[in-house]
Amino acid sequence: MRRGWPFYAQLGLTVLLCLFIVVPIVMSALAGVTVNVFKGLSSGLTLRWIFEVWDLYAQSILLSLWLAVACLVVTTLAGVPLAYVLVRRPNRLTRMFEEILTLPVAIPGLALALALLITYGGFGSFRSSWVFILIGHVLFTMPFMVRSVAAVMSAMDMKTLEEGAASLGAGFWHRFLHVIMPNAMPGILAGALMVVTLSIGEFNLTWMLHTPLTKTLPVGLADSYASMRLEIGSAYTLIFFVLIMPLLIAMQMLANPGKKRRAALQPAEDE
Amino acid sequence: MALQNLGEGRSRPSFSRYFGVSRSAMASPATFMALMAPGVAIVAAFFLIPLVLVAMEVANGPDGWATYLVILTNARYFESLVQTLLMSAGVTVVALILCGIVGMFLVRNRFAGRSVLIGLLTLPLSFPGTVVGFMVIMLAGRQGAVGGISNALIGEKIVFAYDIAGLFIGYLYFSIPRVILAVMASAEKLDPQLEEAARSLGAPRWRVVRDVILPGLMPGLISSGAICFATAMGAFGTAFTLATDIDVLPMVIYTEFTRNANIAVAAALSIALGVITWLCLSAVRFLVGEKADVTTRGGA
Repeated sequence: MRRGWPFYAQLGLTVLLCLFIVVPIVMSALAGVTVNVFKGLSSGLTLRWIFEVWDLYAQSILLSLWLAVACLVVTTLAGVPLAYVLVRRPNRLTRMFEEILTLPVAIPGLALALALLITYGGFGSFRSSWVFILIGHVLFTMPFMVRSVAAVMSAMDMKTLEEGAASLGAGFWHRFLHVIMPNAMPGILAGALMVVTLSIGEFNLTWMLHTPLTKTLPVGLADSYASMRLEIGSAYTLIFFVLIMPLLIAMQMLANPGKKRRAALQPAEDE
Repeated sequence: MALQNLGEGRSRPSFSRYFGVSRSAMASPATFMALMAPGVAIVAAFFLIPLVLVAMEVANGPDGWATYLVILTNARYFESLVQTLLMSAGVTVVALILCGIVGMFLVRNRFAGRSVLIGLLTLPLSFPGTVVGFMVIMLAGRQGAVGGISNALIGEKIVFAYDIAGLFIGYLYFSIPRVILAVMASAEKLDPQLEEAARSLGAPRWRVVRDVILPGLMPGLISSGAICFATAMGAFGTAFTLATDIDVLPMVIYTEFTRNANIAVAAALSIALGVITWLCLSAVRFLVGEKADVTTRGGA
């Protein structure tokens, strides 16, 4: 195939856009392991900043991981049954609920955090515990789990599956746990990756909800950008990248056999 | 969806009726309630009730219920609203143009390294706003890439991370992955044969783009544009990290709430911001018939 100038012009633009995305990522990763950023790479490489970040912020990194796991547990336990109901009983009421459920993603995190603070800020021990942040994360990530699971559920022939299982004598909970859940697993997995990635990176809500004792990874990041030397901010960012890259890559790999999944998403979207 | 449900309707005898398993194959209403209970409880307690309370909190402000109008009557807030709207609209337009071209290109051409390019372009999808701000500092800050290159070329460091250009670049940075994914999804639905037909009938390239490709992409562009705009309106972390002197609305809300303890005004501004983003996302349904799927928007 012969390729004319438009091909190369578009390729050029694509590569430029890619550089725009990637250059700062690479620069910050390098700055995180450079002895002195102001002198450049010639000053040598070191892991010193990484260790220093660990000393300063281990607490916040661990809290973020813990929150992500807790958030995953809650969104799975509450979200998978919700998705089932939304797919199996699509009526005005459930559709309205789905609308309300996705609102926390549509409205700015700051507004959501403000509402939570005004309502529950007065309950001292609740306000200052990690559960307070967990609630914000659950509200924000739940729609991602529900949508992802519902997309897979509405693509499978749940009615036939359930009738088959029922005719063999399986009660509802047995069907739900042993027929529906396994079949919806791809959706649960995709949703889980999304929930964990978003929870680890959530800043807008968390910045408002956190207390000095409940700092999460991104809160610590903002803190290090504002008050630490450039190398420490960079090293901390590097740790963040290392944490979420595997999740992002797994997500892309799940989404990439793409055509099939995208077709599966269709029925959920033309409501 | 509607067609599928016909079979489950009460009036029609379905497969299940004939085989007598209908009642046991569909969970009872009580079971459905039980399934929904945890989710409904969480949303009610931690979203609906706080939403109502925050709407009422506004009345405790200096001007009572009139505090809702503060965004229009107070010159500083109004100016911030206009700035935020312009900024978000500008970023949306630029992101749509860039991602429209690049997304279409990536869908229509197969070449070595294509999937790597896609992977890299969608990388920042779940970067928090603060990290995006830091990326701008890396790019255009005092030790940034642009400064380094310009220093080598013209002997002068160009630094724009901390003014409006830096903020714009940051917003563009987190918009690109979302918009590109959406454009690619709708470009894949386009039929290349239509373009072939137009070309074989003698249409020049620009006519093919204007009359065939753009109308086909339009629904996708509108809904990803709305998501991009709404995300930009609510973005807080990027502006926070760059600490620019441009007061975007989320920064104003933050300052009013934390530094000035002006809770009623912060609440009123938050509600205004929430209503704007929600309206913008809902408007999509009237324009293209299906709603903007916010769950494609990721973090930021």
